[in-house]
Amino acid sequence: MISVTPTENQAERLDLENLSAEQTALEIRNLNLHYGDAQALYDISMAIPKNRVTAFIGPSGCGKSTLLRCINRMNDLVEICRINGEIRLNEKNIYDKDVDAAALRRKVGMVFQRPNPFPKSIYENVVYGMRLQGVNDRRTLDEVVERSLKGAALWEEVKDRLNASAFSLSGGQQQRLVIARAIAIEPEVLLLDEPTSALDPISTLTIEELITELKEKYTVVIVTHNMQQAARVSDQTAFMYMGKLIEYADTNSLFTTPSQKQTEDYITGRYG
Amino acid sequence: MKQWFNSGKPWIWLTAGSVSISLIAVLGLLILIGWRGLSFFWPAQIHEMDVRANDGSISTIIGEVYETETIPIERLRESGVALDDFNEPTLERWLIKVGNREYVPLDFSWVLQPQIVSDETPADLAVFERSKDGNFYGYVVDVLEDGVSVANQGNIRDVLQQRIERAVELNEQASDLQDSEIGAINYQLNQLRLERRALELAGNLTPAEEDRIAAAEEQLREDYQVLEEQLFALREKASRDQVQVRDMRGEIVTLPMYRMLAVHFPNDMGFFAKLGHFFVQIGKFVSDDPREANTEGGVFPAIFGTVFMVLLMSVIVTPFGVVAAIYLHEYAGKNTVTRLIRIAVINLAGVPSIVYGVFGLGFFVYMVGGSLDQIFYPEALPSPTFGTPGVMWAAITLAILTLPVVIVSTEEGLSRIPSTLREGSLALGATKAETLWRIIIPMASPAIMTGLILAVARAAGEVAPLMLVGVVKSAPMLPVDGNFPYFHLDRKFMHLGFHIYDVGFQSPNVEAARPLVYATSFLLVTIIVGLNLTAIGVRNHLREKYRSLEH
Repeated sequence: MISVTPTENQAERLDLENLSAEQTALEIRNLNLHYGDAQALYDISMAIPKNRVTAFIGPSGCGKSTLLRCINRMNDLVEICRINGEIRLNEKNIYDKDVDAAALRRKVGMVFQRPNPFPKSIYENVVYGMRLQGVNDRRTLDEVVERSLKGAALWEEVKDRLNASAFSLSGGQQQRLVIARAIAIEPEVLLLDEPTSALDPISTLTIEELITELKEKYTVVIVTHNMQQAARVSDQTAFMYMGKLIEYADTNSLFTTPSQKQTEDYITGRYG
Repeated sequence: MKQWFNSGKPWIWLTAGSVSISLIAVLGLLILIGWRGLSFFWPAQIHEMDVRANDGSISTIIGEVYETETIPIERLRESGVALDDFNEPTLERWLIKVGNREYVPLDFSWVLQPQIVSDETPADLAVFERSKDGNFYGYVVDVLEDGVSVANQGNIRDVLQQRIERAVELNEQASDLQDSEIGAINYQLNQLRLERRALELAGNLTPAEEDRIAAAEEQLREDYQVLEEQLFALREKASRDQVQVRDMRGEIVTLPMYRMLAVHFPNDMGFFAKLGHFFVQIGKFVSDDPREANTEGGVFPAIFGTVFMVLLMSVIVTPFGVVAAIYLHEYAGKNTVTRLIRIAVINLAGVPSIVYGVFGLGFFVYMVGGSLDQIFYPEALPSPTFGTPGVMWAAITLAILTLPVVIVSTEEGLSRIPSTLREGSLALGATKAETLWRIIIPMASPAIMTGLILAVARAAGEVAPLMLVGVVKSAPMLPVDGNFPYFHLDRKFMHLGFHIYDVGFQSPNVEAARPLVYATSFLLVTIIVGLNLTAIGVRNHLREKYRSLEH
């Protein structure tokens, strides 16, 4: 049996069933998702609290990444994907017809499994989102770059070579650069899709520390296949299996006293 | 044996052998055309030989050996050549270029080796390059100025050299005057004529306008008179000197100096003098205009036409191809229709190029060009402006010919870009179009360049379609000149590929032209390689810049 000991830095418990409007960042209601004829998500309902880290765990193919990609409508790119249900951000369903996906994604940033810096300089990577919004004032951009890189704990390492290619950075640095790029446009929610799976242990540790800091300003949702990581960084954890949300609870209680048999089997390493 | 077979070694030998054969074929081709083409510029020894004819009479031949050939003696006996004291089964036959075209019936002559009584290479033999009638071979006897000998003013070769340089200089001034200033006046006169005709057609030709145009024409004609007098004065000056030469018949011939381009004494040259002459000749070949129905002189207009047409084609085909590929890859639905269109595009690359030529002539030249003339150039009708083959139609026709190549390689480039980069851009709030412009197209640019490289290689080598849509044997004017609007896309142009065909197969003097065919082929290959290397350089630079992610 894997021993998972939650760390001290987790926030106080919330009543996830009855969050107040101020406490809620996102609310997912009865979400079903089909790829063609195959159903990938079954009737997911959950509320994700503000300024906290929420982790999605579960075995491969359980739908945790799919669910994450629903939150910023990345699944729109998949032609055969059909979605029913609602995801409410600031009381507004993001799947309403009048919601512009690009505008939504400015509010809901995302960091992917593998670092994907653009083939540009470090500086241009960070200001990419700002330039898209038409901000080209050098002074503003300089400030954004400094603030974002500091926010992503990368400033000290790259401040002397902002014009170097982003590819000159190591994998861990690239991932932090991508995080800096995401927070440069000040989103409300930051989605992290297995952000450390392609990184070495030391870079992983840096990113994990960063995640804990990020929740002060942003609501963080993280998908991870690593239970220890979920235990270390998240405040609440959702366990998914076969496209269903099996259990969603405060991280401490989910790992120590799981209420469902399937959750217990998973965290004790019986499958997954 | 079986074990050796199973070890895979035969396979390695087979594959390596194929590579070697391909390599040898390509190198062999380059070496052959390079050697045959370049050796044409090396100054050959001039032989003076006494040759016994069939009837026993002896005549002198002066010239350079162009080719040697071994032929069976039987064939000669059958054709009635007297070779009594000769018993070998074969003998050598030399092809001698004797030049002096206006004095001898043929400027090439075959000589049988046993008929040569004596063969010398005297140091005093001179080769004159002339702007008309080809080379002249002979001994310099005297240099005349206004009919008076000036040979005693110093070393006769120096005097001659100096006089030729003077004549060349004056001729250059005259042709500059003719091309630029007189050419400009002719151009303006033509524009005025068209202006009057346009006003006439529109019914706006008021007497005031009429007077204005007439006055302008009058002014131009006066300028023309002045320039023409200058031109005649230059020609007058150039025809002051003459040179007397003793030719192979032993007669002294007086040649006008203004026809001379250069003189050299190849038998009296050291290695370095020959090397210098070699490079000067190559320089003249690439920078001069052709003379004597393309059989002499340089190929500059053809080089210019080829490069200009290819660049124009690239400018047309790249945006079209890239935009079409983007639609096919990014926006078109992934269904049967798209697949059919893609297959059709790929198959377009297999259509024979002459078919594109026919299409270009029928559609672009006659339909589009004819309509353009009706709408924009009615004043010039019935003589067509764009309704006739020209460099623009040639470029557009070749652009269509090479469009599939650009589309296919751009699409390949687009599909190679990792989807994580698209998602990364979209996740930052970019729309699809913004992602395309800022990330995808820059990253696909090396692939676009690859398409362009293939397109350029194909287009620069095409001749067949061009013969229908714009290439001519000899174009009087380049498509770019100093007259507004500087680029004259309606003009016809010369092309190296067509030049090879023309010189090699349409020329009145095939023997004289053969080395030119090799030299022009070598030049064409060099230019295509040069264009490709430039594009490859750009592509490698882009590739380095947008190197794909290392994971």
